[in-house]
Amino acid sequence: MHELSIAASVVEAVLERTGEQQVSAVRLVVGRLSGVVPDALSFAFEIATTGTRLEGAALEIDEPSGRAHCRDCRSDFAVDDLILLCDCGSADVEVVSGRELQVASVEVG
Amino acid sequence: MCATCGCGSDEVVVTSVGTTGATAHDHPHEHPHGVGHDHAHPHEHVRIEARTHTIELETEILAKNDERAAHNRSWLASKGISAVNLMSSPGSGKTSLLERSIADFGPLRPISVIEGDQETLFDAERIRAAGAKAVQINTGAGCHLDATMVRSGLDRLEPEEGGLVFLENVGNLVCPALFDLGESRRVVVISVTEGDDKPLKYPHMFSAADLVVVNKTDLLPYVDFDMDRCEKDARRLNPGLEWIPVSVRTGENLEAWYSWLRAL
Repeated sequence: MHELSIAASVVEAVLERTGEQQVSAVRLVVGRLSGVVPDALSFAFEIATTGTRLEGAALEIDEPSGRAHCRDCRSDFAVDDLILLCDCGSADVEVVSGRELQVASVEVG
Repeated sequence: MCATCGCGSDEVVVTSVGTTGATAHDHPHEHPHGVGHDHAHPHEHVRIEARTHTIELETEILAKNDERAAHNRSWLASKGISAVNLMSSPGSGKTSLLERSIADFGPLRPISVIEGDQETLFDAERIRAAGAKAVQINTGAGCHLDATMVRSGLDRLEPEEGGLVFLENVGNLVCPALFDLGESRRVVVISVTEGDDKPLKYPHMFSAADLVVVNKTDLLPYVDFDMDRCEKDARRLNPGLEWIPVSVRTGENLEAWYSWLRAL
């Protein structure tokens, strides 16, 4: 249940910027290859925000899908899991999206 | 709640298992309350403004942990210390591997250990009995070590300059994968009794590792464990992964593990 730690880290990262302001919404980017489960994170977010300026804030999670780039044939392709194998047979593949774990923005006031 | 690990603030306990048998402990987390907040708009004339506004953050969720991990990494480097983050399921033989390594490899390079478990001092006591310095971190409800806990552990451990520090993570193939501790290398220990499907079931752990140690090879005749399949699956996730099968019990192939340690 590392989503609870992730949720607590979200609270810390937001409060550092918003201070005493009441936060009404939080927008996260949680890539599909990040290893974080959005449903579990939403559940943990409610717990982690209790008693803070984020309590009751709406949580929106953008879930970018996985994209990879093959360094051999230079093609870009979609990946659904962490098995990084290009159709050309190469495993020299770099993940270009899907691993994001970011706070994009918040609504305050 | 602790902002780093999500556990209750009083739950994480760092304990030195000392020669006297006295076990001092403390609670390691920093709790920066209300860091850097803005003050209220000071003007007296009240104006009706939009009810809410957006603040763009574009910040990494784990930025704080990553900063603390970077600090650990540079501190370790300044002392010439190599740190190895050991991750596995419970019962794969991490602590046994360390006990054996302390006996065989400790004379070449001093070893000390930060032990992470939810409860008990069992593992730190085993490491102490094997002849190395050890600090136990009890994470309470927490399922992994983080960079703040490791910082407190290092302060308490006082590892020898030029030595080797093992960070024995909480037994769990999921959560530890996401948290940088400031280590030099990441090692996953699995055992043949767990089955050969672990890499595909827990891909994040294997993607994030530098080396897999497959323990309990002495039991291969008694279990259906396909070493080739397991290795092949792990390399599909992580082509650069190194792979060392060993038996801590019989000592089989431990020399390969020690060669890997020598290269750190």
